[in-house]
Amino acid sequence: MTRNQVLQDLLARVPIVQTLGMRCDVKGDDMTAILPFNNKLIGNFSLKALHGGAIGTFLELTAMAQLFLESDVEKLPRTINITVDYLRQGRAEDLFARAYIVKMGRRMSSVRVEAWQAERSKAVAAMQGHFLLNRPELESK
Amino acid sequence: MDIDSLQDPDKRIALMRENMENMTKIVPWARETGFQVTAIEKGHIWGRQPFSEHLIGDPEDRVIHGGVITTLLDNLSGMACASALSEFRFVATLDLRIDYMRPADTECDIIGEAECYHLTRSVAFCRAWAYHETREKLIATAQGAFAINQPRSVSSFGAGA
Repeated sequence: MTRNQVLQDLLARVPIVQTLGMRCDVKGDDMTAILPFNNKLIGNFSLKALHGGAIGTFLELTAMAQLFLESDVEKLPRTINITVDYLRQGRAEDLFARAYIVKMGRRMSSVRVEAWQAERSKAVAAMQGHFLLNRPELESK
Repeated sequence: MDIDSLQDPDKRIALMRENMENMTKIVPWARETGFQVTAIEKGHIWGRQPFSEHLIGDPEDRVIHGGVITTLLDNLSGMACASALSEFRFVATLDLRIDYMRPADTECDIIGEAECYHLTRSVAFCRAWAYHETREKLIATAQGAFAINQPRSVSSFGAGA
């Protein structure tokens, strides 16, 4: 099984991923996360704006999926902390995100994620976070 | 909706208390995660996030995903900031930092608490906590800045987000 297949199998078993309705599109070692628009993701009806919490959840899961894809861990990494910058209102459209691993350590890693809608150059939100990787070979030492 | 009562801070808080249930019912993503507002003071809001299967982030540990805590604390913080203002304004999250002390226990409700601790003309600063039962059992802490939007039509009551 490729690492992508392992990731897809795992994501299919994570309830919050299904609740959110997101998916991860992997081509080679390149991943784009997609959050198809759904009315349940809205935070403010009159503005038709996505909820900051839904955007934050999507960004955090994108970081976790990217770390999973680029490592050999068996479980999704655990979040130590995240900082989400809300740059523009998330409109009632699909949201996309890409994660960049700034540093992949043995246990800790630092990840940056950016999300956009119609225009890639106009980021809707950005996230920076630290994650703990559950590496079995380290746990046993 | 009585627009004048929105402009009076005390009346506005009384109105928020009367409409505590609706404050999350009118927010689709809050309805999806299922949290409720449980208490309101000026600049200080409490809420409760019940445990639910569809919010699990780790199928083995059966722990609620951190994103649900982001949703809870973001929304409560926005409400805390809005309730601290002397006039009715919408607020929008500029940034939110969340530190996880430990994972939530499975099958347990999470209490959220948010406090607006400083206001300027255009920005409100807030800190927030997520815990089981009391603040001794901390799950996460958060800190955020919220932009205070300029007045617009009051056709759409509903802070947060």
